[in-house]
Amino acid sequence: MSIIKTAIGRRKFLKSSALAGGGMVLGFSWLASCQSLPEEEVLAMPKEWFEINSYLKIGDNGVISIFAPNPEFGQNVRTSMPMLVAEELDVDWKKVIVEQAPYHKEKFGRQFTGGSRGIMSRWEPLRMVGASARQMLREAAAQAWQVPIEEVSTEEGVLHHKNSGQSAHYGEMAAAAAKIPVPKEVQLKEVKDFKLIGTSRKNVDGKQIVTGKPMFGIDYQKEGMLIAMIEHPPAFGMTLKSINSDEIKTLPGIKDVFSIKSYKEDFDKAFFDTNAFPEIVAIVGNSTWEVLQAKKQLKVEWHPFEAYTEKVKNFRGTIDTKNVPAGLESSTQHNAIMNEWTNKKGTIARKDGNPEAAFKKAAKIIERTYSAPFLAHNCMEPMNAFAHVEGEKVHIAAPIQIPSFIVNTLATSLGVSEDNIQMEMTRMGGGFGRRAYGHYIVEAALISQKAKAPIKLIYTREDDMTNGIYRPTYQATYRAALDENNNLTAFHVKAGGIPESPLFADRFPAGAIDNYLAEEWSIDSNITIGAFRAPRSNFMAGAEQSFLDEVAEAIGQDAIDFRLELLDRAKQNPVGEKNDYDAERYAGVLQLVKEKSNWNQNQENKSRGVSAYFCHNTYAAHVLDMSIENGKPIVDKVCCAIDCGIVVNPDAARNMAEGAITDGIGNAFYGELTFKDGVPEKKNFDTYRMIRMSEAPQDIDVHFVQNEINPTGMGEPPFPPIFGAVANAMYKATGKRVYKQPFLGNEQVLG
Amino acid sequence: MATFSLNINGKDHQVELDPNTPILWVLRDHLNMLGTKYGCGIAQCGACTIHLDGIAMRSCILPVSAIKDKKITTIEGLSENGNHPVQQAWLEHDVPQCGYCQAGQIMSAAALLKDNPNPTDKEIDAAMNGNICRCGTYSRIKKAIKTASEIG
Ligand code: FES
Ligand code: FES
Repeated sequence: MSIIKTAIGRRKFLKSSALAGGGMVLGFSWLASCQSLPEEEVLAMPKEWFEINSYLKIGDNGVISIFAPNPEFGQNVRTSMPMLVAEELDVDWKKVIVEQAPYHKEKFGRQFTGGSRGIMSRWEPLRMVGASARQMLREAAAQAWQVPIEEVSTEEGVLHHKNSGQSAHYGEMAAAAAKIPVPKEVQLKEVKDFKLIGTSRKNVDGKQIVTGKPMFGIDYQKEGMLIAMIEHPPAFGMTLKSINSDEIKTLPGIKDVFSIKSYKEDFDKAFFDTNAFPEIVAIVGNSTWEVLQAKKQLKVEWHPFEAYTEKVKNFRGTIDTKNVPAGLESSTQHNAIMNEWTNKKGTIARKDGNPEAAFKKAAKIIERTYSAPFLAHNCMEPMNAFAHVEGEKVHIAAPIQIPSFIVNTLATSLGVSEDNIQMEMTRMGGGFGRRAYGHYIVEAALISQKAKAPIKLIYTREDDMTNGIYRPTYQATYRAALDENNNLTAFHVKAGGIPESPLFADRFPAGAIDNYLAEEWSIDSNITIGAFRAPRSNFMAGAEQSFLDEVAEAIGQDAIDFRLELLDRAKQNPVGEKNDYDAERYAGVLQLVKEKSNWNQNQENKSRGVSAYFCHNTYAAHVLDMSIENGKPIVDKVCCAIDCGIVVNPDAARNMAEGAITDGIGNAFYGELTFKDGVPEKKNFDTYRMIRMSEAPQDIDVHFVQNEINPTGMGEPPFPPIFGAVANAMYKATGKRVYKQPFLGNEQVLG
Repeated sequence: MATFSLNINGKDHQVELDPNTPILWVLRDHLNMLGTKYGCGIAQCGACTIHLDGIAMRSCILPVSAIKDKKITTIEGLSENGNHPVQQAWLEHDVPQCGYCQAGQIMSAAALLKDNPNPTDKEIDAAMNGNICRCGTYSRIKKAIKTASEIG
C-alpha cells in the first residue's frame, strides 16, 4: 500500500475554502455549468453542499461533485480525471457529477492539457484528493460513533462500523468531515483493489454533445456581447501599414474598427507567445454575418518588415534568441535549401563508436532522405475567445490548453494585475497543440478593452488556417552501413527543418548500434511554428520506421524480428547511457502487435506495414493492412498495441488510439500546407485535404499491454508511428517506397 | 433588412435581418441556438448541417431568404429528449472526442437513415464524406450508424 504524504504545497488545495461549518447553496448558474448533469440528477440535487477540498463537494444527499481540473479537448480527461478521485473516495460513479474547474493556480495546480501529460501528472494528486476526503469522512464517522477510525470502513459512498452495525452515507457525514483537519498522510489503494480505474466509463459529456448543448468557446454568450473578427497580414513577412477604418465603420451593424498591438514594446515573450502577426486589424459589430461582410470590404495596406531578433523565454526558464528573417518565403525555395542539406554536415548531437570508420569499411551503404511539409492544425472549432475588460477587471472564457501560460501576457498587454484576471476554460473543439498558444485571448481582451464592451472574437476558417503556429517542414537523411555478412555496423541520422530540427538523438535505434551518429540543422524562417500532436516525433517516427523497414529488407530479415533484435541488443548491452527508452517495453508492444495481427500467419494476400515508436512516455506499435482499389490505397485494418501503463478508462483510451491512427493516416496521405511569397496556398477545406469517412480505416483493433506501471499519456503516442506503417504498407502494396509526405500529394493513382 | 418567419424544430420564429444572412448565423447569433456549428463557411466540412424538410443541408451557405416555408430541423430539435436512434447509438459507441463536429455528423447520419434505413458501407461513406472530423472518429461513427439502423 502506498502511503502518500500530503506535502505542504499540496495541502493547500486539499483544504476547504468554505466558511467553517456552513454548507453552500449553489445557484442556477452553477447548475448550468455542470455540463455532465443528467436531468434526473438535477431533480435529485442536494439542498446543501459541503466543500471537502477544492476539488470535491459532497451534497447532503450523498451526491458528489468533482471538479475536472484540466481543460478538455477530446481526450476525455473530464471523465478520467474525476474517476481517479472517485476511485479513492470510494463512491458510486453514478452519483458523481463533474464540473469544469476555472483557471486557478492555487486550487487546481497545473491546468495543462498537452504533451500527453494530463493523466500522468494527475495520477497521484487526484487520487490523494479522493483518499484524503475519504479519510476525513471516516474520521467524522469515528467521532460521531465514538469508535476508532480503523474500524470505520467505506463502500460505494457509505460509511460502516461493522461491530456496532452503524452506517451513514457520505452526505450525512459531509458537514462534519468538512471541519476535520486535512490528514498529514493518506493511503492510496493498491492496483489490484481498483474498482473504477480500469473499467470503461462513458464520456460524462456525451449526452450534452449529441444534443448540441452550448459548451465550446465559440458558443459562449453574454448579455450585451459584440462580435469581433480580425484581419491579419496576407503573408508571413508582412505587417500592418494602414486601414480604411472610416468607411468600414459606417457599414450596417459595425461598431468599431481599429488596430491592436498584442504586445507592449520590449515585452519578453515566453515560449507559448508565438505570434507571427502581433499587429492586426479588429472589426467589432453586432453579429457575425455583419462583421464578416465588413471584413470583406476592409482595405488594409500591409508592408514587409525588416529582419529582427527576439528574446523568448524557453521551458527551462532561460532566454533563447530567435532570429526572424525578413522576406516572403516560398515552399519551392524551402525545398531547394533543405535539399542542399543532404550533402552538408550538421551539428553533431550524439556519436557512439566510430561511425566514420564503419561507413568506410562497409560492404554496402543504404542512404535515404525523407521529408514532410508544413501542416496546419485545423481544429474543427476555429480559434475564438470571449473577453470582457472593465477597467481593472478582466473576464475571459476561452478554449485554451494551458491557461497559466497566457496570464502574464494578458496582464502585461492590458496593463492590469494578474489577480484581476478571471478565466473560464470552455470545452475545446480540438487542440492538438494549437490551443497552447493563446494569442487569440490576448487579442480578444485588447479588443474588449478598446471597444469597452464584452466581445467574442471569432476567427474565420481562413484566418485560422493562415495564422501560423504550424507543424514545421522537416527532412531527415538516414544512412546504414552493412558488412559483407549483412550485419548492421553503423547508423547515421541527420535531421533538420524550417525553422527547427526534429531530431531526438537519444531515441531508438541509438543504444542498439555500436557506431552511431546523429546530426541536426535548422534554417530560420518568419513562418511561425508550434506544437502539433507529438511535435517532431510526428515526422521522425515515420522516417525512421520506413528506413528500418528498408534496412531489414536489405538484410533479408523479417521487419518485426529485425527491430526486436536491435531492441534485444539495447536491453542486454546498451551502447551509451542516455538512451531515451525502455527496450523491454518497446519490444513488448512489438511482440503484442505481432501476436494480435497474426503477423506470421496471413502475410500472403495482404500488404502490411509495421511501425513502432516511443514518445511522450508511451509505447505504440501498429500493423497496417492495405489494398489498392481503383488506384487508391484503402486501409483495411490497423492493429495497434500500446503500453501506457495502467489504462484508466479503456474504451476512451481506445477511442484516442483510433482517432490518432485515423488522423495520422490522413496527414500521411494528404496533409500539406505550402507557401508562395509568404502566402499560405491553402486557406480552407476546399484545398486543404483532410481525411474523410471513405478514406478512414475500415477496422481498427486496439490492444493494451497489461501491467501495473503508473499511467502515461494517450493523446499523442499512437500518432507518430502510423506514418511509418502507412509508408511500409504502401511499399508492399505498390512495390515503390515513398519518401515524401504527403504520400498522395497530388492524388496520384497507385499501381 | 427584411423580416422572415422561420419554422425551426416545429416552432415559428420571426427575424429581421439581411436576406443574405446564412441560416447558420441566424440560428447562432439571432436565435441563440448554438448546437449548429461553424467550421468552414463554404460547405466543405459539414459542421453546420441541418435538415431542410428532412434533407441534410449546409446551413453556412443557405441564405435565410431561400428558406421560404420549408421546415428547419437542427440538432436541438432532432428529438425531444435526445433519444433519436442516432443519438442513442452515438452514446452507446461513445463516439465523440472533442465533439465539435458531432452535431453535424449526427444530422447527416439521421438524414441518411431516414432515406435509407439500411445503408451499406459505401452508402455511409457517400453520405458522410462531407463531414470532417479532425479527431478521427470515423470508424466509431460508422459503427454507430449501423447500430442506429438497427434501433430504427
Ligand atoms: S461550416 Fe458549413 S460546411 Fe463547414
Ligand atoms: S470529434 Fe473532434 S472534430 Fe470530430
